[in-house]
Amino acid sequence: MPEQFIWGIEVFLNGLMTGVLYSLVALGFVLIFKASGIFNFAQGVMALFAALTLVGIMEGQVPFSHLINATFGTEIHHFGWHVPAWLAIILTMGVMVLLAWLVNKLIFQHLVNQPPIILFMAAIGLAYFLEGLGDMMWGADIKELDVGLPQGINTTIDEVTYNLFGYGFFIDNLDLWATGIAAVLVAALVIFAQYSKHGRAMRAVADDHQAALSVGISLKFIWIMVWSLAGFVALVAGIMWGTKSGVQFSLSLIALKALPVLMLGGFTSIPGAIVGGLIIGVGEKLFEFIVGPLVGGATENWFAYVLALIFLVFRPQGLFGEKIIERV
Amino acid sequence: MNEMTGDSYVTEDGRTIGGVVMEMKNITLRFGGVVAIKDISFDIRQGEIRAIIGPNGAGKSSMLNVISGFYKPQEGEVWYLGEKRPPMKPYQVARQGIARTFQNIALFEGMSVLDNVMTGRIRHMEAGLLAQAAWKGKAEAEEVANREAVEKIIDFLEIQHIRKTPVGRLPYGLKKRVELARALAAEPSILLLDEPMAGMNVEEKEDMSRFVLDVNDEFGTTIALIEHDMGVVMDLSDRVVVMDYGKKIGDGTPDEVRTNQDVIDAYLGVAHD
Repeated sequence: MPEQFIWGIEVFLNGLMTGVLYSLVALGFVLIFKASGIFNFAQGVMALFAALTLVGIMEGQVPFSHLINATFGTEIHHFGWHVPAWLAIILTMGVMVLLAWLVNKLIFQHLVNQPPIILFMAAIGLAYFLEGLGDMMWGADIKELDVGLPQGINTTIDEVTYNLFGYGFFIDNLDLWATGIAAVLVAALVIFAQYSKHGRAMRAVADDHQAALSVGISLKFIWIMVWSLAGFVALVAGIMWGTKSGVQFSLSLIALKALPVLMLGGFTSIPGAIVGGLIIGVGEKLFEFIVGPLVGGATENWFAYVLALIFLVFRPQGLFGEKIIERV
Repeated sequence: MNEMTGDSYVTEDGRTIGGVVMEMKNITLRFGGVVAIKDISFDIRQGEIRAIIGPNGAGKSSMLNVISGFYKPQEGEVWYLGEKRPPMKPYQVARQGIARTFQNIALFEGMSVLDNVMTGRIRHMEAGLLAQAAWKGKAEAEEVANREAVEKIIDFLEIQHIRKTPVGRLPYGLKKRVELARALAAEPSILLLDEPMAGMNVEEKEDMSRFVLDVNDEFGTTIALIEHDMGVVMDLSDRVVVMDYGKKIGDGTPDEVRTNQDVIDAYLGVAHD
């Protein structure tokens, strides 16, 4: 087998695993967009905020310590304890649910029946506010996140592939775990949405508000539930990205990568978000591998957007989106 | 709780009509300066088919929206099962057992017929969010029991053949029937139908009339319906409220209403002064 081809397989696998993380962020978008028509620009920042909060709780950091110290002239930074990862994750989830409740109570409950552009502007405002809040609460320095997920090269895969191809694949254990967790999460969400009462109610609200009210569904409850779910997805994405490359503010930029993913997958489709993420992940890695050397590299920065543009021309509703037919 | 007032009586065709389930007392509804409903009172009795009729713009749909909690009247009281109803959100009213359909059909177009009808069962589901997520014990048992109830209604309304079809693909007449099925799935104490025959051809109208009568007969469901078509209403209902320009101009059996001079004027279009 030619060397190039074997390397290609490795690139493909790595792309698949990057794609899973794109899918996770896109999934958060889809959940909220389906249920409330809000294009949640803040999804990426929510992942950042979740990761920041998780690190902060684990390390026993005092929230708003800079502000407190500057105001009162004190010198406090840490409570002096360490919280185990599992407990910190549960507490962070609690914070995300509280955030979901606040976002609805303070912002979107007052914007019901407003045109999409207003909701979009509110979401952008929320994104910037949340980024600032995260900064103020936990500080802007890059933080290490270690919740106990294994990292480093997977030696089994390395050995097996070496025996097969005479070339050992470099697959990170963390990527394997991320893929596994994301797969379970997605399967759970799909089952929840399809077969449970609240999942059905969620789809009902996404479809028709008035009809949902008439069968006894509380819109407010569903919206808070959906934002909490999106918060949970953001937390998982934040843990993965944070473990991989440290918790830093550039994390919120992955939200931008989720846009082409949504163009591909369709804004209202959960399977679409998954497949779209995988295509973008694999596509940009393979493109960089094959075409990159010819054009001087750095194609990963623009590949996803160009692909999305091509899709917009030929299939604007995305791979799984509902085709809109205007009746006249 | 659950007290009903008034004596029960037996109709000519042998159905027993019970006491008052719902009473509207001096309802007035305004939109800015426009008065949609002006000081209207009437009641709905257990097991009857009660119609609200009137020409276009008479305020019939507004009245239905008041009953189902979509509109809040500025004046007047709604009494339900012997108690004065506090201000409520539409979903709370639905959970109390008042189910409705819409004039322009409000179904979940992307969901299957079965899923649509299942949403009607929401008021009979109690398992919490975490139990639902874990799909354990109570949640599972509840889902199975509710599924049975829904299948019964689907059979009753003869829509078995389209159970798995997404509602968006169905023709108009069938959509109306699915909407009726969803409302019926709630096992409501009052079923509100907003122009159930609107936009139907003669055959579909006959089908729908038959279903309305069958539902009332089979399940003893109290039905309040709005209708434009006077002929249909007179055949179906036990008692009729007639509205015109937001006011009540008649109330009684179809025969009483038919001979009421105000009603005749309203329908034949006598000039208002």
